[in-house]
Amino acid sequence: MIRFFARFSDATRRDLAFGGLTLLLFVAVTVAFPGFASPRNVAGLLDDTAILIMLALAQMLVILVRGIDLSIAANLALCGMLAALFNRAFPGAGVLPVLALTLVAGGLLGAFNGILVWKLRLPPIVVTLGTMSIYRGVIFLLSKGAWVNENEMSRDFTSFPRTGVAGLTLLTWLALLVFVGFMIALRRSRLARDLYAAGGNPHAAEYSGIDAGRAQFIAYTICGALAGMCGYLWVARFAVAYTDIALGFELSVIAACLIGGVSIAGGTGSAVGVLLGCLFIGIIRSSLPLVGISAFWQMFINGAVILIAVLVSARERDRQGQTLEARA
Amino acid sequence: MSPPVLTLTDIRKSFGGVRALERVSLELPAGCVTALIGENGAGKSTLVKILTGIHQPDGGEIRIRGTPVRIADPLAARALGLGVVHQECQVFDNLSVAENLFIRAQPTSRGLVDWRTMRQQADAVLRDLDAGFDAGTPAGRLSIAQKHVVQIARALTHDSQVLILDEPTASLSQRECAELFRIVRKLRDAGRAILFISHKFEEIDALADRYAVFRDGVSVSAGALADTTRDELIRLMVGRPVEQLFPKLETTPGAELLRVESLSRAGEFEDISFTLRRGEILGVYGLVGAGRTELAQTLFGVTRPTSGSMHLAPDAAAAGIALVPEDRQSQGGILDFSLAANVALTNLARLAPRGWCSGARERALAAEWIDRLSIRAHGPGQVVRSLSGGNQQKVVIAKWLARAPGVLILDEPTKGIDVGAKAAVHRVTSEFAQAGGGVIMISSELPEIVGMSDRVLVMRRGRLRAEFTRQAATGDALLRAASDA
Repeated sequence: MIRFFARFSDATRRDLAFGGLTLLLFVAVTVAFPGFASPRNVAGLLDDTAILIMLALAQMLVILVRGIDLSIAANLALCGMLAALFNRAFPGAGVLPVLALTLVAGGLLGAFNGILVWKLRLPPIVVTLGTMSIYRGVIFLLSKGAWVNENEMSRDFTSFPRTGVAGLTLLTWLALLVFVGFMIALRRSRLARDLYAAGGNPHAAEYSGIDAGRAQFIAYTICGALAGMCGYLWVARFAVAYTDIALGFELSVIAACLIGGVSIAGGTGSAVGVLLGCLFIGIIRSSLPLVGISAFWQMFINGAVILIAVLVSARERDRQGQTLEARA
Repeated sequence: MSPPVLTLTDIRKSFGGVRALERVSLELPAGCVTALIGENGAGKSTLVKILTGIHQPDGGEIRIRGTPVRIADPLAARALGLGVVHQECQVFDNLSVAENLFIRAQPTSRGLVDWRTMRQQADAVLRDLDAGFDAGTPAGRLSIAQKHVVQIARALTHDSQVLILDEPTASLSQRECAELFRIVRKLRDAGRAILFISHKFEEIDALADRYAVFRDGVSVSAGALADTTRDELIRLMVGRPVEQLFPKLETTPGAELLRVESLSRAGEFEDISFTLRRGEILGVYGLVGAGRTELAQTLFGVTRPTSGSMHLAPDAAAAGIALVPEDRQSQGGILDFSLAANVALTNLARLAPRGWCSGARERALAAEWIDRLSIRAHGPGQVVRSLSGGNQQKVVIAKWLARAPGVLILDEPTKGIDVGAKAAVHRVTSEFAQAGGGVIMISSELPEIVGMSDRVLVMRRGRLRAEFTRQAATGDALLRAASDA
């Protein structure tokens, strides 16, 4: 067993171990409530987690390069409102222009964060705390504080994410597509390898011809574009747009990253880990009502899991440090 | 001699009015190790940054095999065949060795990174170097010496014809150095041009064929190592006779001040016993990692010993122990505080007896020490960060001397500071001892240890290995005791 694990890198080992834990959790809930593993329930679980998965993958890119995007949920809400207003103005335009609009708008909002971090060298947490409030404020300006309700949305606008294909919703398929895209790109694109390098050791990156600031800019832009698209999906799924949608959701997104093994110090994280982090949160969230525990425990459990995960990796690091010293 | 691979002519570089390189010329022939020597601040690091493409020279010419080139950025440097092994390891701990070798140059197939080819090519290079680890290893698991090998392998991956080693041995053990040198010689014999930057003459003698000396941003001399002597090189480096550097005042050590009995701290040092007398400067020599800094921290009380005891004379116990730590920037001073606030920090009990600080009293104390240590600053209000390294160090020393401690521990007191500041530090140290204080001076610089100490202890791997009187403490003897030989 140990020999088997030793073949993999640390990150892969962690993903395997955490995957086992998530599976165990799933099996345990299923044993208590057999209906939990039914295709319908699993499809629902995935549908509920899809937006979290996309956002967490987006956030991971930013954390990978030593940034953080607190404005991710505000970006989502702003682009969601833009989508709703666009749809109200042009009900017959169809879904594609809406997707394009939110991707571009979100990308611009992300790029704004990125420019401030890159060119003005401002700390990411301060920049995105600021833009978080600004983006929310802009929603209020755009909507004048009013809601856009389902009766003001066109049918194809709201039905797109809920459309079923082969047992799963389009929203779920989209999340899986993004996941597979990330998995391939993170491992095999040069751009992503530059992001890993820039996040792991910005100083060494500079000496290797990688501009760490530019890497951050790129990560923020991609993150923003995904957040923007999720804005449309969120608004369409819940069939309502208002200033406060997804309020505080950025923290769940960051939590999913951390649970999924993304290092807040940068340079470490995998698409599989983030997916598992999201599924773990999703399973707990949907099983708590079954067990008869208040959903408020969700926060407690998320927090505990983050602390345990950090503790385990810190101990792992200490242990490795000691073996190194012993060898020297 | 074969024609030079790299030729630098009259390179100049200034940073905001401060001239780092005034007029530097250098030739690196193929199949030859050229040692670049010079004191800190002579311009060696600036030159490395220019050759890496981090900085652009203000003037002068760089030629590679006779063709003038411009090194616009690190990628250009790599494309021109210039490889660098940096002093602080420029290695990505979060990536595998293979990726470290091919950073920004990963082999691809159909636009995607081809991991298998990358692994194979990296393994081939590592095998060629007899590296002893494979390309799949996460770089974070390697020792510092192995990380240097990774950097060399990175240069070879890009077929660098010029390899620049920037003080690569600073934190290596004797055996690791030997291993590194074996690899460097192999590359030299394969016809590459190697620039070896080092402070250690033993290494230069062992490895280099030629030398180049920089002083204050000017290349002052170059030639074959066989045609010169160590004394001559030191004279060229320093630009004045060496004796002046160590203005040691003769003292006769008095009564016992500090007695340490079989002091141990698990994993750091073991069974350390010695005494320190009044008026004595006790040198502690050893290689990096011998446990000297750890011992100093325990003596000072930063860490607690696992066993053993320390006995201080009553008056010294009342006056206390002071430690001027090795890492001036993070442990010695608070860089964003003013000079006065830094000096006041250790003297608050005296300056602010009722808990209220007085700016006037702080400034007066600082002014006194600016004068006594001839600190070059605008005044007590100047922020320490804006001082030069040497003056920062003087501030750290001032903050402790102002307390009039019984025992003063100095850990690498002149590391990275210029010659003038060095002499000043040595002078106050000597004066402190002459006034009856006891000094423990940890240093890796042999001339400093030999020139300043009344007695020298040598540590190796956490233990005391030898003790020398001032007369017996020659450089050769100390080095032999400190190394595994």
